[in-house]
Amino acid sequence: MGNYPGNLKYTKDHEWARAENGRYVIGVTDHAQSALGDVVYVELPKVGAVLTAGGTFGTIESTKAVSELFAPVSGKVVKINDALAGSPQNVNQDPYGQGWLVEVEPSDADTSHLIDVDAYTKLLG
Amino acid sequence: MSRQTPLNAAHRKLGARMVDFAGWDMPVQYTSVIGEHEAVRTAAGLFDVSHMGEIEFRGPGAVDTVNGLLTNDLSRCADGQALYAGLLNDEGGFVDDVVAYRFSAEHVLVCVNASNREKDFAWMSSRARGVKPVDRSEDFAQLALQGPKAAAILQPLTQVDLGKVGTYRFTEGTVAGVACIVARTGYTGEDGFELYCPPGQAEALWNALLEAGGPHGLKPAGLGARDSLRTEMKYALYGNDIDDGHTPLEAGLGWIVKLDKADFVGKSALEKQKAAGVPRKLVGFELTGAGIPRHGYPILKDGVRVGEVTSGTLGPTVKKPIGIGYVPAGLAAEGSTFEVEIRGRPVAARVVKTPFWKRA
Repeated sequence: MGNYPGNLKYTKDHEWARAENGRYVIGVTDHAQSALGDVVYVELPKVGAVLTAGGTFGTIESTKAVSELFAPVSGKVVKINDALAGSPQNVNQDPYGQGWLVEVEPSDADTSHLIDVDAYTKLLG
Repeated sequence: MSRQTPLNAAHRKLGARMVDFAGWDMPVQYTSVIGEHEAVRTAAGLFDVSHMGEIEFRGPGAVDTVNGLLTNDLSRCADGQALYAGLLNDEGGFVDDVVAYRFSAEHVLVCVNASNREKDFAWMSSRARGVKPVDRSEDFAQLALQGPKAAAILQPLTQVDLGKVGTYRFTEGTVAGVACIVARTGYTGEDGFELYCPPGQAEALWNALLEAGGPHGLKPAGLGARDSLRTEMKYALYGNDIDDGHTPLEAGLGWIVKLDKADFVGKSALEKQKAAGVPRKLVGFELTGAGIPRHGYPILKDGVRVGEVTSGTLGPTVKKPIGIGYVPAGLAAEGSTFEVEIRGRPVAARVVKTPFWKRA
């Protein structure tokens, strides 16, 4: 059983978004990190990059697999988690904390395409 | 429907993540690929490799028959010796890479890749002169106990004096009451053993080894760690680094080719290639830029595609992005530089000495 905080919004692609001071902090879920296995490399966009909800914004690699990252919301990247370059395992160990990926200044207030924790955990079955 | 080894239930009980590998339902990891990899480098790991095939040659002239099929020279081996070799097609490409166990001049067991078992058996049957091969794969399970603590874990479970079983030597004996072929072979770069036993007793042997190894830090290890361990050694994986379109000379496996022995399938093609010059070579490289090389990524020189990555990972022990790939012979020397195209972006790489990792 994974850990899925109730204060987050989720995507069907296993990303989460947390509203903070009008911005969104984005990461991958506990399910995603567990399915990936040991994360060894994360490729993030540059600060200033423009994301489109549902579009890819980077890649995450485990020892075996390469997976794309899909943006939960549209907007401009204002911060990236530089620490992941040296400590990609933070994604496994703390996916909602030190394993965060990017912070986005949203360009569209509508987040109705995101799902809540109940819908997400139902999706996981 | 995937095939299952006799240990399928045991893997599931341990909470393994199962994947399809060459038509087999196999454990890719139990807890963590990196954790299992590190256990093998520092203590020991236990792998189920029962999906591997075993093809037997038994009868007068068995060694000569096998020698006519393989690139390496089994006639120079002693009884009780194992030999790594290529099984080639007429063009010199790999049908498979195998380990041949010489019991006597009249008895040889050839261990083949799971993905190639049927193909190898058909090829050997059609090309063997003398003794007819028999597919004995259903009669053997195989466990690989690998790591610096392997001998210390195994010795209390067997009467076999492991001190007398050298590298690439084998013997027969019981382990935890189970009749086994005990071979000092492996695919990890560590000391270790491969144990061939009857399938019905595989679970008893598996459990006995896990129990005996626990205090030494032994962990069950999956195909994920097996792959990262062998990549750090630049051991070829059939279907990734070698296949029917690549010769042993191209794959840097000239040492398993004995052109001075009697004829074998593929020999004349190799002689021709050697005389003409080997056009491309399988090299080990490190990325000097950011990223991880993966199977199938293009290798570029000055923007032009000149080769392809065949294996790559972030080496858990060497802690660097490492890869294996074919490049033109002119780019194969240590220190040569090229780029690996990762998602459309060229990333700098440099040919390095292999194995990437060497045990102390």
